[in-house]
Amino acid sequence: MAEHAMEPDASRRGFVNWFLGLSGVAFLVSALYPLTRYLVPPPVAESTAGTVTLPIKPDDVKPNSGQIFKFGSRPAILVRTPAGDLRAFSAICTHLNCTVQYRSDLTQIWCACHNGHYDLNGKNVEGPPPRPLDSFVVNVRSNQIVVSKSA
Amino acid sequence: MESSAQRGGKLRSWLDGRVGLTDLEKIAAKKQIPVHRHTLWYYLGGMTLFLFMVQVSTGILLLLYYRPSAEEAFESVQFLMGEVQFGWLIRSIHAWAANLMIFTLFVHLFSVMLLKAYRPPREVTWFSGVALMGLAMGFGFTGYLLPWNELAYFATKVGTEITGSVPVVGSFLGRLLRGGNDVTGATLTRFYGIHVAILPATATALLGLHLYLVQRHGMSVPPAVERAGGAGRHMPFMPNFLLRDLVGWLSALAVLAALAAFFPAELGKKADPFLPAPTGIKPEWYFMFMFQTLKYLPAHILGIEGEVFGIVAFGLGGLFLLLIPVLDRRTVRGEPSRLFTWIGVAIIVYMLLFTFLGYTASATK
Repeated sequence: MAEHAMEPDASRRGFVNWFLGLSGVAFLVSALYPLTRYLVPPPVAESTAGTVTLPIKPDDVKPNSGQIFKFGSRPAILVRTPAGDLRAFSAICTHLNCTVQYRSDLTQIWCACHNGHYDLNGKNVEGPPPRPLDSFVVNVRSNQIVVSKSA
Repeated sequence: MESSAQRGGKLRSWLDGRVGLTDLEKIAAKKQIPVHRHTLWYYLGGMTLFLFMVQVSTGILLLLYYRPSAEEAFESVQFLMGEVQFGWLIRSIHAWAANLMIFTLFVHLFSVMLLKAYRPPREVTWFSGVALMGLAMGFGFTGYLLPWNELAYFATKVGTEITGSVPVVGSFLGRLLRGGNDVTGATLTRFYGIHVAILPATATALLGLHLYLVQRHGMSVPPAVERAGGAGRHMPFMPNFLLRDLVGWLSALAVLAALAAFFPAELGKKADPFLPAPTGIKPEWYFMFMFQTLKYLPAHILGIEGEVFGIVAFGLGGLFLLLIPVLDRRTVRGEPSRLFTWIGVAIIVYMLLFTFLGYTASATK
């Protein structure tokens, strides 16, 4: 009896439920949107420095050796080849972002994390790295080493 | 009501009227543990739970001295290890119990897997258990960074970069996890929040579900035992099994105390983003099989980067592990399922082999 009386109300109930559901979704979205935005860190201005003068004198870099220097906020590596050339590359391994080092025994740039090898042109020659290291331009001006991004 | 009031006096009957102690007692008294040749494996879950409780208690103690910033984290741990009385002990127990917990969790998971305890109606118990394993590894990964030492720094660089190379959503997830484009103090603060708040809250909720389901369904009797006529006898949980459980917990505590005392946790050198990654860098042992696999993968496989291939493969492996109760149709039908036994054995052999290689293969060749 009561069920029969409910019959015309069913659509009204359906509408109210639908409305309630929609309000629920709207509530969730309005709560989750600021939350997700909050979790994403704001972008920090990247260092735009295109040129760095190193605190290292050219004579301090022996042939067949390499050292890490700061290029903006990222590490880079300065290498003097056995032939005496100065070269600079990004020190961030293209595999998984570890910092590479110079291996004088192999005359290669090497990443300790997953055993990646690069030759002295920064080319990935062995192990997992998928790409060569980014290379920089090295200039020696009046006993100072200046490294800049290649144009 | 009356009998319990007589046994415990006024306080007891007061509590009983409000909390329902008698009902709880009845539930506890009803719980029975099947006894058969695989009963031993039932203790591993409880041991993992015990080690989790050790982690919560020692973790809370560590919070009293730890400072979550790149400038102070390393120094605060150094202070804790060197100056605070028994600071070394608390930290060593926390570090060792983490390792033991992951170990007992793995043994628990693989024993459940090989004994086919995931079959209906215990699928959700399995799902929650696999999720808890994921959380445990998350605990390990985030906790590893907190001392802000060299090894932790590079392990986190690699680990977050791996997240970053997940197809489509990777770079977003990587940034989200790092709190920026690189591993910095922002990453440390974020990992700290994840390690001491987000993961514990999630783990506690999931653990509650897991334990409730174990309670609801009782212990699973392995199909092989069931086919042979079922468990011959049962023992009451209270006190027979609980006391045996306690022996297990005390043994775990003894092992833990010995490890912490004889091999205290090391601190190493403070992280320096402008030093090369140290030779022989290794992740925690429970990530070793994945780490070693990534080392062997060539730069490109089937036209995609080797690391992406490896990550997608491990992701699918994890998904497979989670979905075993659904995929193993023979076990669902109550038939012997050799295939899934062999898959389980293969996973264990793979993990053991690559972990072994990770510790023995030359790091520099």
